[in-house]
Amino acid sequence: MTAVLAKTRTPDAPAVERGEASWRKRDRWWGLVFVSPQLIGMCGFVLLPFAVGLVLAFAQWDGLTQLTWVGFANFQAELADPVFLRSIVNTLVLALITVPVGLALSLLIAVALDKLRGRTGYLLLYFAPVMTSSIAISLVWQQILRADGPLNQAFSKVFGIPGPDWLGDPHFVLAAVSIVTIWSSLGLNVIIFLAGLQGINPHVLEAARVDGAGAFRTMMAIRLPLLSPVVFFSTVVAVISSFQTFDVVFVLTKNGGPDNSARTIVYQIYDEGFRHFQFGMASAASIILLVLTLVVTAVQLGLQRRFVHYES
Amino acid sequence: MGRRKRPEGSVKLSGLALHLLLAVGGFLMVAPFLWMMLTSFKSLPQILSNPLGLLPNPWNFGNYADAWNAAPFGLAYWNSIYICVLTVAGTIVTASMAAYAFARIEFRGSKFLFVLFLATQMVPQQVTIVPLYMIFSKLGWVDTHLALIIPAVLCNPFAVFLVRQFIRSLPVELEEAARLDGAGRWRILFSIVMPNIKPGLAALSIVVALGAWNNFFLPLIVLNSENQFTVPLLLSQFTGQYGGINYSVIMAASAISIVPMLIAFLIGNRRILNSMAMSGMGGS
Repeated sequence: MTAVLAKTRTPDAPAVERGEASWRKRDRWWGLVFVSPQLIGMCGFVLLPFAVGLVLAFAQWDGLTQLTWVGFANFQAELADPVFLRSIVNTLVLALITVPVGLALSLLIAVALDKLRGRTGYLLLYFAPVMTSSIAISLVWQQILRADGPLNQAFSKVFGIPGPDWLGDPHFVLAAVSIVTIWSSLGLNVIIFLAGLQGINPHVLEAARVDGAGAFRTMMAIRLPLLSPVVFFSTVVAVISSFQTFDVVFVLTKNGGPDNSARTIVYQIYDEGFRHFQFGMASAASIILLVLTLVVTAVQLGLQRRFVHYES
Repeated sequence: MGRRKRPEGSVKLSGLALHLLLAVGGFLMVAPFLWMMLTSFKSLPQILSNPLGLLPNPWNFGNYADAWNAAPFGLAYWNSIYICVLTVAGTIVTASMAAYAFARIEFRGSKFLFVLFLATQMVPQQVTIVPLYMIFSKLGWVDTHLALIIPAVLCNPFAVFLVRQFIRSLPVELEEAARLDGAGRWRILFSIVMPNIKPGLAALSIVVALGAWNNFFLPLIVLNSENQFTVPLLLSQFTGQYGGINYSVIMAASAISIVPMLIAFLIGNRRILNSMAMSGMGGS
């Protein structure tokens, strides 16, 4: 009603148009004013540090003494450092384990929940780990995963052989970190997938049912393809997030695990930057992490074309 | 919608199988919490001799007192709470302002700025953390809570996107009516638009509060004095102090940190679950 009023030619029309012009003029000002707090924050706390970080990677500095320029020496040193290379391997392995397993389990649970009514109870259970602080969770798991802890007790009761030393044996520490990571993020993906499944057009499902498609067929040919954009989005986010694993490693291990077997890239950055005060090296390592993340994300975006179905 | 006829047996079976799967999974999800609670009431000898044992025998409440006394939990709770509250309040205001500008106002450079916001989302925290520390150092914000609150409030592109989506779902007529009544942009935003996206803002508040409460990396870097610590940070220092000796006290400390959150979750669960779903899908 009011929109029509603004467009109608009334005796007041010239005044309305003059008002329109001054409104637009003030809008230009208001736009900038409204954006300014977030803009200032973005410039000051992201763009500026990012630029400084890029520059710092080519320098050597400990925060106290003179800053010296070293060109690519930091990058060369990092890429020649077996500990750093190990951290890259660890990070990639973690991603390769936690993302497929975690997402597959989440999908399974989401599909099961989709078919049920009264699911809030289950959602509460699955979401509790997501809500709680990663530090508290890791502390609890640290106790559970002890060589003489409850998990191994249950393990030996069920399988007859003693369980592994999850946190002491270099071969198993990554597995331990994976378990905690998958456990704590399962619920989040369950909720996202569930929302996606419930967004599927019921007419499509009805048509499939009428055509005689059984549950399995419907799942493979209809539900999953229609869900693939969501799965893709979750995969990209999960990979990026797993590249940033830090909290769990910080609590579960002292100094990145026996033989650096659980040291992740971010842990390395933290260690170099804030334990050894090698700010230049830490910056270089973080740039390497950024490049790695961009490359992997780009690869996934490329695969999108083959695997993801978008409704036209 | 007609139900297709199925033999009685198979309907029951598939439903049962689903429940079994979900129940087992659900149990695995909460088992660590249950174990934490049970262990927090046990005494050390009992834990070492029988970790899988279920009931504490006898019930030892002293662990909680030990935990509370060993570290300044009360102070840490106060720190975490007021940081959360300020962060949420500040973020709601600044994000709504920017979101409204992007959603409804045509101004020079809006497209460019929006793309810039998008891009900054992708910059990982690790690249900026060292320079950020340097900036905080210059500003005198190291070991203060300003370093935690101000950047969170002034820089949250995700919040801006989310609120923008909410605003776009409102009918424009609402604002046009207000405009014809003589309201300026400021009035329109705060008196008309924001009250109408309250559910969305509530969802955002929950996501922001959760992030601020559980934040670990930045407080770890920035805070040095124990009386400035937030709850997660204090908890992480706990193992160092105890050197992993008295597990039941550590479990009590964890319980102290987790239980309030869990209770809040139980109370507001529907809203929380909805907002997490919304934010997971938001931005698309």
